[in-house]
Amino acid sequence: MAAAAAVSGEALTAFLLRLADDHLIIGHRLSEWCGHAPMLEEDLAMPNMALDLIGQARTLYQYAGEVEGKGRDEDQIAYVRRERDYVNCLMAERENGDFAHTMLRQLHFAAFMQPLWQGMLSSRDERLAGIAAKAEKEVAYHIRHAGEWVVRLGDGTEESTRRMKAAVEALAPYVDELFESDAVTKAMAEAGIAPDPATLRPAFDAIVGPIFAEAGLAWVETQHGQTGGRQGRHGEALGFLLAELQHMQRTYPGMIW
Amino acid sequence: MYSQGLIGAKTETTEDEAFLAAFQARIDAEEKIEPNDPMPEGYRRTLIRQIGQHAHSEIVGMLPEGNWITRAPSLRRKAALLAKVQDEGGHGLYLYSAAETLGVSREEMTEELLSGKAKYSSIFNYPTLTWADIGAIGWLVDGAAIMNQIPLCRCSYGPYARAMIRVCKEESFHQRQGYEIMMTLARGTPEQKEMAQDALNRWWWPSLMMFGPHDADSQHGDQSMKWKIKRFTNDELRQKFVDATVPQGEFIGLTFPDPDLKWNEEKGGYDFGAIDWDEFWRVVKGHGPMNRERIAARQKAWDDGAWVREAALAHAEKRKARRAAAKMAAE
Amino acid sequence: MTKNQIPLWEVFIRPRNGLAHKHCGSVHAADEVMALQAARDVYTRRGEGTSIWVVPSAAITASDPENKDENFEPALTKVYRHPTFYEIPDEVGHM
Repeated sequence: MAAAAAVSGEALTAFLLRLADDHLIIGHRLSEWCGHAPMLEEDLAMPNMALDLIGQARTLYQYAGEVEGKGRDEDQIAYVRRERDYVNCLMAERENGDFAHTMLRQLHFAAFMQPLWQGMLSSRDERLAGIAAKAEKEVAYHIRHAGEWVVRLGDGTEESTRRMKAAVEALAPYVDELFESDAVTKAMAEAGIAPDPATLRPAFDAIVGPIFAEAGLAWVETQHGQTGGRQGRHGEALGFLLAELQHMQRTYPGMIW
Repeated sequence: MYSQGLIGAKTETTEDEAFLAAFQARIDAEEKIEPNDPMPEGYRRTLIRQIGQHAHSEIVGMLPEGNWITRAPSLRRKAALLAKVQDEGGHGLYLYSAAETLGVSREEMTEELLSGKAKYSSIFNYPTLTWADIGAIGWLVDGAAIMNQIPLCRCSYGPYARAMIRVCKEESFHQRQGYEIMMTLARGTPEQKEMAQDALNRWWWPSLMMFGPHDADSQHGDQSMKWKIKRFTNDELRQKFVDATVPQGEFIGLTFPDPDLKWNEEKGGYDFGAIDWDEFWRVVKGHGPMNRERIAARQKAWDDGAWVREAALAHAEKRKARRAAAKMAAE
Repeated sequence: MTKNQIPLWEVFIRPRNGLAHKHCGSVHAADEVMALQAARDVYTRRGEGTSIWVVPSAAITASDPENKDENFEPALTKVYRHPTFYEIPDEVGHM
């Protein structure tokens, strides 16, 4: 493949790890709800989304392992890195909070991923184009499901509106980081592998805007966006997530499960 | 996943002899009973009780296994476990729906679970301490459930039987998933094998208790059998389970925590030791290691979800009103 | 107790095009949009369908089992509605 030569394996690995970590971490967060949802129907809906996300993470880790060429499999990459080596966005690791907070986090992430996957449908990297073709359909449903809940909670009762507004405030500082561009994302864009996230903001707004309008929610502009996830600088909560995630692999190193 | 010999339902009924005889004739002819059909009050009550207990068991059963979703040792195991726990939620949902055809709401059943009025399978009041417990639950608890649930696919009450057909179809992967975990551990490092053996030691007896009291001590078994809600007695099912499971455990080199367990050539089945019924009743009555935590977790999910359910209803009302207003404006 | 109950919906799934929608169970949802999503999430996890209908359970009118005999028995004696009622010699071939 001619275009692949234009990008280093290192940059591609870095890009794949970001995507994979995003999906694993937010999928893990969503899976924490299983058995504790507000209604039984949601106990099925949230794991469906979590399974999509974890499934995407697996294919991305597998591909990253191959590109990296050090013989690491999906579990070695997913489970046995150090905290600073995880490069997920901060949005993905935000704790569940209440149901409004979780649904808005999922909406934000899905509204970021949809144009990114769509851009990758025509990726010069055929493997990624294949992953995108499957993921793009899954993410469309995530937008619908999380979006419908944001509308209902935003325009439901006094309490639900209050909680939804609090979620908008709480998550606002983590939106801008999604669209950051750096050497890795630029290399992907130049090689025709994936669109630069900086170009995706209008598409994100076009998804989230009408949902907020229907929900009666106002967008909160923040001057104090948080950043650092792509460099492995995370919130405090991620360490606890990783402690659980890695528990078995750390306690019983090198075993097959 | 579950189902336990029914506990505490009253099967007595007040209809006259002719009505009961006509109903029994339908049952004996293997006719299915459907929601609006005439049925003895005792039949209806027994079913509500049994389907409710079954549904609650699925829902509470999500908790001990859910306890390991975030700690599953590989991504493959994590996805499989999440899908399995999700299935349990689905099975609870199908079963609540089946019970709802008898005129009881999911909300009412939930309140009975939370108040302690309704029971659920006592096995879920034991803690999942290690990853091997996830294997043991899949292998033993789902294995025991399958013994119980396959005959329920032929239950005389149509909606219950249909729900069980769907449950059994979906559940076929659960026991295999559990056994595969146990097999991987048993063939792994000494630490892993020890983990598997420890889990078997802790889950074996509670699994045998899942089938409920001995037939001789079971008050309502006869009537349930007569009405073909049940097709086999507790002891018959327990024996089938032991006979099927012991060779599976031996195949992967695990030993069962029962010195009296041995093959009986004459009866063509295994003999096994005495079950500790004191422990069984203690756990059923709320004093198992995890009873309080299980109900507290369900109560918390219910309470924390109240505002979400209210918001969904409030929004639905607004939608309806807006649609009506738009229609008026158009006319 | 009946106040604040989330309504019940009946779910019908078409397994694949060419087949009719078939009743497969029910879900709770506050409105039709969420009912469809719940039906998708609950009843199509194993590729069971290509199309879903949801109907408020309260909108279904059912025949009364008490009228079962007057409704359905009269049809049982009308054997002339079935092809096997008519005798055609074998020599005529399939008809």
